[in-house]
Amino acid sequence: MSDTRSDEGRAPNDLLLAVARGGDRAAFSALFRHFAPRLKAYLTRLGAEGALADELVQEVMLTVWRRAGDFDPAQASAATWIFTIARNRRIDGLRREARPEIDPSDPALVPGAPEAADRAIETSQDTARLHAAIAGLPGEQSELLRLAYYEDQPHSAIAERTGLPLGTVKSRLRLALGRLRRTLVDE
Amino acid sequence: MPSHHPSEEMLMDYAAGSLAEAPALLVATHLALCPECRHRVSAFEALGGVLLEELSPAPLGAEALDAVLARLDDPAALEPPPRTPRATVTAAPATPPRPAPLLPEPLRSYAGGDPDTIAWRRVIGGIEEHVLPVARTDFKACLYRIAPGVVVPRHTHGRSEMLLVLEGAVRDRGMRFGRGDVSFADGGIDHSPAAEPERPCICLAVLDGPLRLTGPIGRWLNRFVKL
Repeated sequence: MSDTRSDEGRAPNDLLLAVARGGDRAAFSALFRHFAPRLKAYLTRLGAEGALADELVQEVMLTVWRRAGDFDPAQASAATWIFTIARNRRIDGLRREARPEIDPSDPALVPGAPEAADRAIETSQDTARLHAAIAGLPGEQSELLRLAYYEDQPHSAIAERTGLPLGTVKSRLRLALGRLRRTLVDE
Repeated sequence: MPSHHPSEEMLMDYAAGSLAEAPALLVATHLALCPECRHRVSAFEALGGVLLEELSPAPLGAEALDAVLARLDDPAALEPPPRTPRATVTAAPATPPRPAPLLPEPLRSYAGGDPDTIAWRRVIGGIEEHVLPVARTDFKACLYRIAPGVVVPRHTHGRSEMLLVLEGAVRDRGMRFGRGDVSFADGGIDHSPAAEPERPCICLAVLDGPLRLTGPIGRWLNRFVKL
């Protein structure tokens, strides 16, 4: 990014909160410049080609604008929240399936323990640790993680595609997840 | 709290968005009953966010940002409604307060109501089903209502069977599965789950591939019954 406007240096969480509070277009533009090219890469890897990828990116960013008020930094980072919007948009737009999800206000939902007040700080530390932990994974493990997120394939299909036995795919992913979990729990 | 959970891989596939609708329905319904797995799925979504940040950016057309900015206040460009009908979100308690529904969302919307208000079709003696609408035909999702003490005939599966118990309990392969518990039977497993004798059992089943009865009577029944 060569843009030197002050918004470009702000953390995505702050930009998204600025959008939520006052419909801040400059903050939204900075978010767009940061996330739209990554969303396009994500949707392209999942099979959206050319103009369709651009159109889906625009729809995801429009949803970000309209639903910014739902963003809760205590629950997730901006990148995670935007990831879930893009994920749901591509299930609907590329796979033509519904995305079954819980309804947080459903009286039949079993409530969890209340979140601690300092959870937002934890979330941002988790994010930094996750970045470092992924960078520290052996290549074969991080590649499988990416396949699990960027290819529209459950584990069994990844095994077929990579020619690895399903047991190997599962054990490598377990190793990767184990390392990531230790990073988040132990440090 | 449930004690039998979906596998870690399945929770990850759900968070990544690669699970097909039918198994995703089972996972989401388990999540409504299991705060622990909700927490795990949040962690997998955080992983998705980190991986999104790490992708090499792909350039968009030069006018993409302007095109979006021009649409920000466009009332015509409203979001498509979610494909699953949402239950009304009014939280105001009715008077007198009604008990919480038996089926949590998203399952209740797929079924069109709770078990006492929906239509059931008899499969074989003591077992009824209510088929749920899912997009793909290589999966079958349905609710089963199994009368107290009834043993499901011994069977194997083309590929796999997942059960989520919603009421009562099932005993299978020496284990007990109660409300919120998930039982997974792989293609090769030959089993015959049984409802506990005290009350009927209601469960969500997701079948991947055809089911084949394997006992001597079951082999004969295969010709007549489509489970």
